[in-house]
Amino acid sequence: MEARVLSPCGVIGSGFPESSFERGLSMKPHVIACDGGSTDNGPAFLGAGKPNFSRSATKRDLKLMLQGRESLGVPVIVGSCGTAGGDAGLEWMRDICLEIAREEGLSFNLALVHGEQDKAYLKKRYKEGRIRALDPAPPLDEEIIENSAHIVGMMGDEPIARALDEGADVVLTGRASDTSVFACHPVRMGADRGLSWHAAKILECGAACAVHRARPDGCFAWIRDDHFVVEPLNPQMYCTPQSVASHTLYENTDPYRITEPAGVLDTSRSAYSAESERAVRVAGSEFHTAERYSIKLEGAELVGYQSVIIGGVRDPMILKQLDSWLDGIREGFETRVQEIFPDRETPPAYQLTIRVFGRDAVMGTLEPEAGRIPHEVGLLFEVTAEDQVSAGTMASTLAHFALHYPIPEWGGLISTLAFPFTPAELEKGPVYRFNLNHVVYPDDPYEMFPTETMEVAN
Amino acid sequence: MATLGELAKLIRSKNAGPFNLTFDVMFDEEETYRRVVDSNVLTREVFCRLYNLAEEKVLLVHHDAARAIKISIPRPVFSCDLEDGDCYGGQQFGPLVGIEVPDP
Repeated sequence: MEARVLSPCGVIGSGFPESSFERGLSMKPHVIACDGGSTDNGPAFLGAGKPNFSRSATKRDLKLMLQGRESLGVPVIVGSCGTAGGDAGLEWMRDICLEIAREEGLSFNLALVHGEQDKAYLKKRYKEGRIRALDPAPPLDEEIIENSAHIVGMMGDEPIARALDEGADVVLTGRASDTSVFACHPVRMGADRGLSWHAAKILECGAACAVHRARPDGCFAWIRDDHFVVEPLNPQMYCTPQSVASHTLYENTDPYRITEPAGVLDTSRSAYSAESERAVRVAGSEFHTAERYSIKLEGAELVGYQSVIIGGVRDPMILKQLDSWLDGIREGFETRVQEIFPDRETPPAYQLTIRVFGRDAVMGTLEPEAGRIPHEVGLLFEVTAEDQVSAGTMASTLAHFALHYPIPEWGGLISTLAFPFTPAELEKGPVYRFNLNHVVYPDDPYEMFPTETMEVAN
Repeated sequence: MATLGELAKLIRSKNAGPFNLTFDVMFDEEETYRRVVDSNVLTREVFCRLYNLAEEKVLLVHHDAARAIKISIPRPVFSCDLEDGDCYGGQQFGPLVGIEVPDP
């Protein structure tokens, strides 16, 4: 048996050379698959339902994939559409797909597999004790589910395979595990599950498994009875056994055990060898089926609206008492806030975060050198409040308040902050946070992922 | 004496999902990888001291096929929470770069 998979790039919208893609098509893939999402960019994309990559860059990549599909008659699968894989992202990708079909005169059966979750369903499962916290996880209750802006479930390969079984040529999905998108078709063709999931783990990042990935590019895999082979599409790139083995390290806590809805990919016995100067052969990967099928949840909730101020401090007198000076600003500002909302009975609630760049803004509590103050520091003040007007009102007051906040060493009015901008405060808009690191135990792999199909005829 | 930064092909940190951080210290040559592993300059204990963490929170793996030492920890602040300063977790490896490795 041999299942061939073409991965044009690590994420749709990041681009790939046409020459690489054409080379991939010439190797006669059984499926063209691409991932579209990540939580890496933060909760804003799930919270606001906005994609990370631009519409035009995404359209360019999808168009080449759909045209490639047309020439070979093989399925195209795009996972985690619109970055977060919520309904907004799936609809965004659907519209791009339909627009391309119209413009290029393409016809195909389209399936949309939704990943956004119904809150009533999740609350029911929560009450049944069928939602479990992973470690570490934020606290969960029904109110947290209700207050989430959006929640998605990370689908396995099964709902995608079902869409293909029912005749879909193009499958666009909501949030899916990156690997499901690539493992789905080989597993469906009867390929070994350990090899399919391991190959999928490598394919999902495109050419990231190459020794030097000069630019976003693609990768090809041949999954056979007792091994698989991977090769970068670009003839100028190459893989080594080490570079392929290294890829299981990327963005995983445990490089030997990668959890999927149906079980765990175990690479502890994988053997890597050179197949050619550019390709690597992998054997021995295993898939252990879990006792219970589980779907990982991702949720985002609105924290508030933010305005921020950037300012630098060079005064050695302030720097030697930086923390007490900042504490003084925090306390003094709390009093000042009481005065600036005369029309309200109580001032709006707010949170003030002050980061000290040059000291510990990057690493926080993990910073071993937090005690060392350099000759200058950058300060980032963030005011977070329930609405943008309140945040902006407070930030403009804070900028002025902090600018002249005194220290005992200097007599007379001082200007303490070097602002690079005027006005000093910037409006940052809504802020979200991830509020779930949990799994659901559904009755089956499909119930959380309803599928719509449509015939696209042009 | 050389530093880990001089000996490694790549030292990096990254989110492993929004709730965990992972560190990869990767080597080109088997000999260098062995030298660092055998020197015990990068162990769970060393890492905990450097990053001010409790040892039971730290997973450390020697991945021979990748010639890499991999360390994973739960994030002290979840990715992009108000107090988080590194949404991708990409700049958390700094303190590892200067670790000194004795000559073989």
